This record gives sequence, structure tokens and C-alpha cells, in this order.
Amino acid sequence: MTTTMTATTMTEGVEGVEAVEAVGSFESVESVESIDSIGSIGSEGGVGSEGVTFDAIRTTAAEFGLTSSDLDALGAEFEAIRREVLSDLGQRDVDYIRRVIRAQRGLAAGGRALLFAGFFPPAWLAGTAALAVAKILDNMEIGHNVMHGQYDWTRDPVLSSKQFDWDTACPGDQWRLSHNYEHHTFTNIVGKDRDVGYAILRISPDQRWTPVALGNPLYAALLALMFEHGVMLHNVEAERLMSGDKSWSEAWPTLRGGLAKSARQAVKDYVLWPLATGPMALSTMAGNATANVARNVWAFTIIFCGHFPAGTYEFSVEESEEESRGHWYFRQLLGSANIEGGALFHLMSGNLSHQIEHHLFPDLPAHRYGELAPRVRAICEQYGLPYNSGGLSRQFGSVVAKICRMALPGGRSWTARAFPVAA
Amino acid sequence: MFTETRSWRAVQRAVRVADMAATPHGVDRYVELVAPTWSTTEVRGRVALVRRQTDNTVTLTIDPNRNWRGFRAGQHTQLTVEIDGVRHTRCYSMASSAAAASRHFELTVKAHPHGTVSNFLVEHAQPGLVVGLSPAQGAFTMPALRPSRLLLISGGSGITPVLSMLRTLCEEGHTGPITFVHYALRSDDMTYRSELDALAAAHPNIRLIRVFTDEPGTGDLDGFVDLAQLADIDASWAAAEAYVCGPAPLMAAVEEIFAQRGIGKQLHTEAFALEQVLAEAGSVGGSLRFAASSTSVPSDGRTVLQQAEAAGLRPASGCRMGICHTCACPLQAGTVRDIVTGELTSGAGADVRICVSVPVGDVEFDL
Repeated sequence: MTTTMTATTMTEGVEGVEAVEAVGSFESVESVESIDSIGSIGSEGGVGSEGVTFDAIRTTAAEFGLTSSDLDALGAEFEAIRREVLSDLGQRDVDYIRRVIRAQRGLAAGGRALLFAGFFPPAWLAGTAALAVAKILDNMEIGHNVMHGQYDWTRDPVLSSKQFDWDTACPGDQWRLSHNYEHHTFTNIVGKDRDVGYAILRISPDQRWTPVALGNPLYAALLALMFEHGVMLHNVEAERLMSGDKSWSEAWPTLRGGLAKSARQAVKDYVLWPLATGPMALSTMAGNATANVARNVWAFTIIFCGHFPAGTYEFSVEESEEESRGHWYFRQLLGSANIEGGALFHLMSGNLSHQIEHHLFPDLPAHRYGELAPRVRAICEQYGLPYNSGGLSRQFGSVVAKICRMALPGGRSWTARAFPVAA
Repeated sequence: MFTETRSWRAVQRAVRVADMAATPHGVDRYVELVAPTWSTTEVRGRVALVRRQTDNTVTLTIDPNRNWRGFRAGQHTQLTVEIDGVRHTRCYSMASSAAAASRHFELTVKAHPHGTVSNFLVEHAQPGLVVGLSPAQGAFTMPALRPSRLLLISGGSGITPVLSMLRTLCEEGHTGPITFVHYALRSDDMTYRSELDALAAAHPNIRLIRVFTDEPGTGDLDGFVDLAQLADIDASWAAAEAYVCGPAPLMAAVEEIFAQRGIGKQLHTEAFALEQVLAEAGSVGGSLRFAASSTSVPSDGRTVLQQAEAAGLRPASGCRMGICHTCACPLQAGTVRDIVTGELTSGAGADVRICVSVPVGDVEFDL
């Protein structure tokens, strides 16, 4: 019975991917052309004595000695974990997310209340901090995860991926489409996953260098400060708009939605609440702006540690064509990196610190990733696959180094030297 | 009404401003954490009283929030409860008087063998339980100008909407003749026995007939409904407006009697609210209906998304492998099987990823 079901799953997986390619192809053709000489990429890399590439960036399953049946077996292992958790979902998960929501709403209300006493510096600091934490919880552990459909099974409209919207400039429904579909389906496929450098930064040696890339560190700093608007414009595909690949009339519906949402957010933070606090208007405005920027920088930091640190891999369009579900799991595993930390850190990062588990199981409630991590790590050991995990300073440090190095031309051999891969 | 007053308009204006200050979540999402039944728009209620009249039923008195606009006798509400973290919605008819001064209303739920919601309520409902409600709905109601002669027939737990009619008529001081016929399996299986006795005793215009089909000789009459029995109950039955709610065979029998007499227009029926029964897993066939586009196709075993596209629909879709939830769409009726997990999902309102779901029997989607 179980065997039959697994076989069915695999077949369906393959069919499903074919359909994805068909849907995605009309967009991907143009984007792939913008990358120079995909064919020559493999030539610079070499295969180490243990069959593992030391050209860190781009890899294939074959380089890890995995056949398609190995990948099927790998996929079946992860499928089994996924099924086990799905059948165990219940009150515990709902209680958890409601507790986080209660804390978030309490901090938001409390923070805004404290800013009424903004003339008293400790109150201003505490109010701003509470509001920043509320926005971070709202965006990361609640918004990101709810909009992934992690709680759709509850049928609670408050926890519905279709109905939730978050406290940030980007409209939830727009983000859901680009993130859940493009990024999670085409993870780290250069040319298809627009989250590779977010179409602003040169983050991979496989992205063509132009003098524009010289500004990489500056763009990254600006993106960190204005991350919520960066995410909003990402959906508009602002880069394609600027290059003329996309017309304004084509972009307008998305842009209008993004601007309307940004306006509502701005009215709330920079008009209504400052007015409500009367003489404290300017102090409230400053507090709200600080909370927004703090959230922006934090979200940028965590999210950039997801796929860009040393030891994360990229994939070619060819490698990922007509991939099996097992290969999809392989790609998610190797394209993601974890950040180590305590329980509070995981909560504040929306459990995106468990980026590997998140990419393997994007629709399982994120608070379970920590429980699954040891099992995922054990599977990696069994299959001789790397499990990229490190502290925040190490992971983010390597992202910063990469952003700076990629400002200059080339970088493939630098990447190989700077990011040696330990299997 | 209160909705028209100046103070209510001021409240609504204040709520709009507060919603802007609480964007994107809105005021409700904050207040409900402190007061679970409070909402500016949604109808919710709190169970105020619980009594268990028989072994397998529970009678709930519900205190609805201010968004509840009352009901007409015979109508139902969609009740939502959370069971092990999952929300379930079922229809239940109000059993209380629609003319009562109190805003509270009463529902009686009978446990069905495989009923998730009914069993939960019968076993676990207690005062304080917060439930979601829909506004009262349903066309199984009496005209505002009450018919002079009434025949109310019910079977089993179908008693609730017709009892609501009876209670409402009594409260309104209706004087025309009312015949109330109820079929139960056994006398200990019948809800509202003492209430009905009291109503009949206090109102000479009510004639109460109880039939216990498993216990011949114990009720007012024996056997199932037929023309002879109906004539025996009320010689002028054909002159009455009739309201019937109960199991399908009862309703079919009454419908046939009225149709044969050519007075089908005088008969009003309410389908007995049976809980969803899981269809046989893995079965093929059945029909796949897309309600929003008024399209129906015979199900061919492929995924709902594939069949929808084959039928010319263009539902939203993304990864087509069950990951991204772009295609998630509410199931209206029926059961689907997840081809990745094998899991079955049933019932109205469940969000289903149609790219990895195949229909099991008749299925309807809001597409």
C-alpha cells in the first residue's frame, strides 16, 4: 500500500514539474539570455577527491554521486517526514501561532500607547522597541508563515494564506504569488529565481558584471534600510520596467496595488498615530520610522542569510528541467543555509533561521522546523550532502563579503577559494 | 432600528478611523483577543446554556453578538466550531421562537454516527464555548400573513425548524388550528417532549400527534405516514399549509400525497441536514462541478486543476506540485483526495490545493 502510494507520488511529481516548466518558460527564456555563457560554467570547476565540487557555486546531483533513484529515495525520506507532520497537525500548532499573534498585537498596541508619553525618553525607547518587535513578529513568524499556507488546514480566516495581510508596504497577495511560486519552485536557479540578488545586486559570479555592479555595497545598504519598499517593487519587477522589458501598462495593476498599500501604511504610521498623540506628533513619527527601519534591517539580514552565505549552491536551468520531486528536495537542501541561535532568535527570525527545513517543507508550521532539523541533518549525513549551518556573524559576514566581491568583475575562482565546501 | 440612529453612524465612523489606524489587520483582530465574540462585522456567539435532553442530542442556547439580526421561524444558521485546531461549519435550524423578546436562540444537535461536529457538540459543548455564526438563512418559512390552518410534520432531529414555527405561532397568539405531527424511533429518543405537551395543554388550537415507529402502541398513532394516516390525523389536512422537515423517506411520502391531490403548492419542505459522509476513497466517476462558472463535467480521475483547465477554466495556479498554495480554492461540497499524502478532505469551506487533489465522487468547487 505504502509502496504504491510512493510510486504514485513520484510520477505525479514529475508530471507536475513538466507543467511548471511549461508555465514558466515564456518568462524564463528572456531572463536566461541575460546571463552570459551558461555552457562554459562547468569548465572552471573541478571535482574533488571525494566527488564533491570545490567550485562552490553551481552544482548538480551527479557531483554528489546521486543517481535518479538515490534522489527518489531522498525525496521519499522527506515526503515521509512531511506526511508524518501533516497527520499530527492540531491544537498545539493553532495554540502556538495564536500565542504569537496575541503577543504581537499586545506589543503593537502597547508600543503605540507608550509613544503617547514620548516626552519621557525611556517611554519613547520602550514604545519604539515594542513596535519594532511587533512589526518583526508580524512580518516574519506570523505573516511570512501564514501566507505560506502553513495554517490553511485550520480553515480559520484569521490564519488563511489568502486573507492575511502583513504590516509592511508590500501587499500580501502580491508577495504570496511571487515568493511562494517563483522563489520556492525555482529556488537558486540563476535566471529563474528572481530572489537571486533580488534583481538589484550581483550576488553570483554567474550574473553578468556591468559597471552598475560597482554600487553593490551601496545598493545593499539602501535595500536594507528600505527593505519593505524593496520587496514591494520586487513584485512590480522594477528592474524589467527600467530596462524596457516590461511596459508601464503591464506593471500598473501591481504597482497601483503596491502604492495603495504603501500609502495606507504611511497614513497609519506618519499621520494617524502622530495626530492621535497630539503634541507628541513628531516624536511619534520618529518612533514609528525607527521601528519600520529596524524591522527592515532585521528582515534584510535574516533573509539574505537564507540563500547567499558561503556554501549555498546554485543550479542551472538545464539541471532543473523536468526534475523529479527528489531532485527538487535536493535543490532546496543545497540552496539554503541555516542560522544557529536560541529560541528567541528563531522566533524573531520567523524560523527562517531554519531556512533548510523551511525550503524542504514550506507549508508545514514553521515552529516545527527546530524539531525536524536533527532528522534532516541525519538524512544529509546518510546521503553525503552538506547541511549548511552557522552562527549569524559567520553567515551574514560571508554574505557581506560576497556582496563586496561581486561588485568587481569575475569572482568565480574567488568564490571557490573563499567558500570551500565541506560535505 | 438602532442601525439608523445618529450614534450608530458615529460608532461606524469611529470604527472606520480605528481600522485605518490598525491597518492591515483592522480593529477586530485586536479586540477579539480580549473579547472573542466582539466583532464589527462578523456574527459570533457564546453558548449560554447547555442541556442534554436525550443520550445523543444536545440543546444549546446561544447568545449572539450584536451583528445577529434575528431570524424567521424555520431558518438555519451556519455554525462554526473549532475541533483540534480545525474549524468546521455545519447548518443547524433554530428551534426557539422567532418572536421571543430575548436575543438568545436555541439549537438542538443530534449526534450522527460519523458526524465530526455533532459528536463534538454532544460530547463537549459547555457554556462559554464561542462559536461562529452566519446570518439566519433559508426559505423554509411561513408567510408574514400566517396561514389560517397549519400542518407541521417532522421526523427525528428535523423537529427543530417546525418546533420554531410552533413556538413562534404560540407566542404571536395565533388562533387558527395547528396540527403538529412528530415521528421518532422511540419515546426516549424524542426531544422536546415536555415542551410540546405543555404547549398543547396551554393552547386548545394545537393538536399534537406523536408516533414512535420502533415502539408500536406507545404513541398516539403507529406506522409511517400515508394518506390514510394523514386523513386520520386531520380530516381537513388538504386545506392546510404544510411544513415538513425530516428524513428523506418521510419527506418523499408526504410530497407524493400532496402531489397526488394536486396541492403540491401548499407543501413546504426543508432537506434534513445530514452531515457529510466520507465517500469511498479511490472511487472514480461522479461529477465535478465548478459553481462560479456554472460548468459541470464527469470526473475523469485527473486532478481538479487539470480537469478545470480541460473544461476551459483558468484557475490561479503556480507550482502544480502542492507547494506554493497559489491554486488553493474553497471546496463547496464533496470529498477530494490529496495525491501526495492520500489525505481525504470533505465539507464546505475547506481550502484545497486543486493541483494535487482528485475528486472522490461528486465534488463542487467555487471556480
